Amino acid sequence: MNDPKAPMILMRRIEKSFGPVRANRNASLEVCAGEIHALVGENGAGKSTLMRILAGLYKPDAGIVEVNGQNVAGWSTADAIAANVGMVHQHFMLVPTLTVTENVVLGREPKRGLAIDMARALLEVQELAQQFGLDIDARSCVRDLSVGVSQRVEILKTLFRGARILILDEPTAVLSPPEIQELWKVLRRLRDGGGTIILITHKLDEVMEVSDQITVMRHGETTSRMKTSETTPAEIARAMVGRDVVLESIAPTPPAGELGTAAPRAPLLEVQNLVVAGPNRSRAVDGVTFSIHPGEILGIAGVEGNGQTELIEALAGLRSVSSGTIILGSRDVTLTSVRERSAAGLAHIPEDRQRRGLVLDYSVGDNLILGDQHEFTRGAQLDRQRIASNANTKIQHFDVRPADSMLPVRALSGGNQQKVVIAREMSGGFSVLLASQPTRGVDVGAIEFIHAQLREARTQDKAVLLVSAELSEILALSDRVAVMYGGRIVSIVPRADASKEFLGPLMTGASAA
Amino acid sequence: MSSATEVASPESVSPVRAGRWRTRVEEAILPPLIALLIALVAGDILILSFGQSPGSVYRMLLEGTWGNAYGFGQVIFKATTLIFTGLAVSLGLRAGLFNIGAEGQLAAGGFAAALAGLLLPGATPTLIAVPLAVLAAALAGGAVGWVPGVLKARFGAHEVIVTIMLNFIVLALLNYVVAAHLHVSETLHTPEMRAGAVPRFSSFLEAFHGSAANITFLFALVLAGIVAWFLFRTRGGYDLRATGLQPDAAEYGGIRVGGVWIRTLALSGALAGLGGINYVLGYKHYYEEGFGAGAGFLGIAVALVGRNHPVGVVLAALFFATLSQGGLAIHALVPKQMVEVLQGLVILAVAAAVPEVRRVLRMRPGIAAA
Amino acid sequence: MRFVDFLAQVIRIAIPYLFAAAGGVMAEKAGVVSLALEGFMLSGAFAAVLGSFYSGSPWIGLLCGIVAGLLFGLVHAVASIRYRADQIVVGIAINLLVIGITRFFLRLAFDSSSNSPRVAGFSEPAQGNIFLASLSNPLVWAGLLSVPLLTWVMYRTPFGLRIRAVGEHPEAAETLGIRVPRVRYGAVALSGMLAAMGGVYLALDQHQFTDGMTAGRGFIALAAIIFGRWDPARAGIACLLFAAAETLQIQLQGTQAIPSQFVQMIPYVLTIVALAGVVKRSVPPAALGRSAD
Repeated sequence: MNDPKAPMILMRRIEKSFGPVRANRNASLEVCAGEIHALVGENGAGKSTLMRILAGLYKPDAGIVEVNGQNVAGWSTADAIAANVGMVHQHFMLVPTLTVTENVVLGREPKRGLAIDMARALLEVQELAQQFGLDIDARSCVRDLSVGVSQRVEILKTLFRGARILILDEPTAVLSPPEIQELWKVLRRLRDGGGTIILITHKLDEVMEVSDQITVMRHGETTSRMKTSETTPAEIARAMVGRDVVLESIAPTPPAGELGTAAPRAPLLEVQNLVVAGPNRSRAVDGVTFSIHPGEILGIAGVEGNGQTELIEALAGLRSVSSGTIILGSRDVTLTSVRERSAAGLAHIPEDRQRRGLVLDYSVGDNLILGDQHEFTRGAQLDRQRIASNANTKIQHFDVRPADSMLPVRALSGGNQQKVVIAREMSGGFSVLLASQPTRGVDVGAIEFIHAQLREARTQDKAVLLVSAELSEILALSDRVAVMYGGRIVSIVPRADASKEFLGPLMTGASAA
Repeated sequence: MSSATEVASPESVSPVRAGRWRTRVEEAILPPLIALLIALVAGDILILSFGQSPGSVYRMLLEGTWGNAYGFGQVIFKATTLIFTGLAVSLGLRAGLFNIGAEGQLAAGGFAAALAGLLLPGATPTLIAVPLAVLAAALAGGAVGWVPGVLKARFGAHEVIVTIMLNFIVLALLNYVVAAHLHVSETLHTPEMRAGAVPRFSSFLEAFHGSAANITFLFALVLAGIVAWFLFRTRGGYDLRATGLQPDAAEYGGIRVGGVWIRTLALSGALAGLGGINYVLGYKHYYEEGFGAGAGFLGIAVALVGRNHPVGVVLAALFFATLSQGGLAIHALVPKQMVEVLQGLVILAVAAAVPEVRRVLRMRPGIAAA
Repeated sequence: MRFVDFLAQVIRIAIPYLFAAAGGVMAEKAGVVSLALEGFMLSGAFAAVLGSFYSGSPWIGLLCGIVAGLLFGLVHAVASIRYRADQIVVGIAINLLVIGITRFFLRLAFDSSSNSPRVAGFSEPAQGNIFLASLSNPLVWAGLLSVPLLTWVMYRTPFGLRIRAVGEHPEAAETLGIRVPRVRYGAVALSGMLAAMGGVYLALDQHQFTDGMTAGRGFIALAAIIFGRWDPARAGIACLLFAAAETLQIQLQGTQAIPSQFVQMIPYVLTIVALAGVVKRSVPPAALGRSAD
């Protein structure tokens, strides 16, 4: 269909490092005018970095960036805007205290004399919104908008600057299914009007549904480029992950069948009607009930931002509960502190290890006692000898590299940082483990190691609550799978009944069959 | 480039770690050195603008401070208060809290010590009177520090603003109490205390004659040691530093962050309050309005230049005390106000150099992975 | 005392606060902590006296004061924006630096450690009626106008919109091609000039410079900003309120009804109350104190 004309956007041999981290290496991209182009890859594959280079936010270390045939490598955001390139970021770039109109016109305000011509600004924004079918009240304050509307404001911002090339970074991560459908409509309308759209995503159903062309990235490199109508999800997945073997190893390994036959034992974790407040009087967790038995992994699947983070933090004691109860073993811990829960047998691998799970400037040894620091004392003093021997044991057992307990954790790779967290959380006498995105941003070797650890905990009769954005991970490890949507658990099924086909619609809000 | 993932046996010190240590030391020491250099150049300009030769002025400055026992005694006297306020500010900063209220806490501590000495019967043995006066100073300063801690933990009120505002409130309050009820007529100070004075160095070392240096200095050194021990060797210090570095991780590690804030600001206030005993118990034996003479604010400079380490604080306190005593020594040639300019410049230069040095050092290849 | 005289006295006391608060709002709205208002004011006061002394014209004095404020504003901006120094420390350092510099040059220029000789000002208070004297002082008008003008700039002009965006969400502004450091430089430099004008007024009103003559007024202005929840108009009203309390205290001085120290505390106590959110929480700009990455 596309005649072999020169591409509108051409990026070639792009290199970009942040300190020692190489985000892009030999990355390339070709996008033709008038198409919706999906840029896909796993988390950390370098998609956002590549697009930020295109939008003028980062300067590439090396490589060619051409837009409409002109080399623009290293241009500024202002240059990019002037060349009609606009980007909608994953985290909204909106000023919450300003109105929609103010956010849209910021940086190119219509003027009357020295002042902003507010009346004209409002009119222009309203007209533009109407023209592209974006339902927005231009007068309202951005702080009061829902995420769906906020995203429309973001799109409107780029259109106001005359964007013909629109980059969207994971636009559906925070949207509900109807909002997603609305977004697709807007994007198709833009494309049909001659616009070019680059969609960053790691969700294959979206890619299949809305894109015309696909570029796949992995480990900072571009691995393949294909036409959507001529490929299959399996083929894209293979290009994303790199090797069939990995797919094989994460592939469903249905748990041993003894679970059903064993005498029912008392659950180790029971959650009843849990409600956790969200921003603006909403409920981030809205009446969640479940229990986990010894030797069981309960996986929570769902689109991120549906209350998983708040649920885990409430269970860990880091967030207060509005109502409901949490029972750990036989003890009601709903109102207890982090430390009391830890003493009662709760371990927690947090979602964001760099912010929550580790004190980055503390040594590996000091991080290996975080949460248990009161047990490593002699009087008021820290017992340095025991801290060191504790560190050396765990470093060896969990193969943390480099094996130096005095090194600040900041100096370790992501995978080794996560090993420190896991070494600390999983070697104590815990009975319940909360594991939130345990393999996020770690390399394949570490993923396999971490999965083995979780399975090991299961064989030792621990109860594990696993939250992951990767459905394949949930399916590979869980005995039962729960789906969270809009702060509720919409379904809990045994692993045998859980398939991607069954879970997919639930995750996007379709009611359970 | 990044050799951080090399395998090393647990016993050996990895090359990565050795590099880290060097970087850390350089990060700590370079900014003050840069600042000193800038101050020297600026000092030259000021001295030349007054038509004097920088060499002879600097020589005079050194001779008038470290060159004779009296000058040295005065340096020690001035450094003593600065050690207390510098420790106060740096303890707060280690917990991520900026205590700008040392000035008010210092005054409150001095007043409480004087009041205790005034209320005690004249016959109270020194061994009882001094600890009581010291305790009073710590409690008063601690109480003033506790307020912003509670307001931050309970209401999220930023401690910087609260401590600034509290300075004015505390000083006005003390001003009122002294002016309305406690002053010796025709003066702005309280009556002399009946008990609780501590000896000056000159009472057993004749060379110090005339200088106000007193044994509070030794107490300050001991306290610096205690603070270092607390910060780096105890669980309380572990919790405090974790809170300052990453409050979210501290909370995850079972540390009650709000509690650490309250305790730290109270402790910080107590340290600043103790600074009051140097002047009150060791020198004048009464509380006088404005006795702190900016030592609270200078404590911020001391903490900054001393890089929040108790050893650094002691050295920085001696440095700033040398400057301020040196100002008096050179007054015949150049106005003593010159050193105030230099003090301001040093603070500014250190503040600007700290992030810059860190950035430059972190860009040096082969240090570590992110 | 007649009401107009009372009013004139309130305005006279409020003018330095109004200038400094206007400057402070501008810098803080752009995300730069404003602890150096005191220093800016003092530098303006001293430079104004120098200028007026050597030229005999208060207008030259005003110009010198503004230039001094600009210079220290730029020092603040370079340290905290270019070098990403801690903004709180920079503010304190500038305050100490200006105290030192004014004292040093007071010695150098006038060979005094306390005050300058008398210089020409805009008004002659000796003429009796302070109300009329105030009316003839252009700085009084400028100070009163600074608040509505600032409101207009902040809420009606592109520069103001950009300041507000940069102080709340610098990354968002950056993605739209706005040069965040440049906006902040502008705001902090203007803030220095505005606050310095407060010092100019103070010194020319008294026809001389005295050591440390700003006496904490920069911090009262800061209190007014926080009490006014970072809004120019509300901060202006707070300035007038604090000035009224001070006037009242001066009036009551003979009567011993309330000790003056308690009146002095009012602004500070109110600020703490506002921060603790007893009535309505005073919330600073989101990016306040955060240096750009």
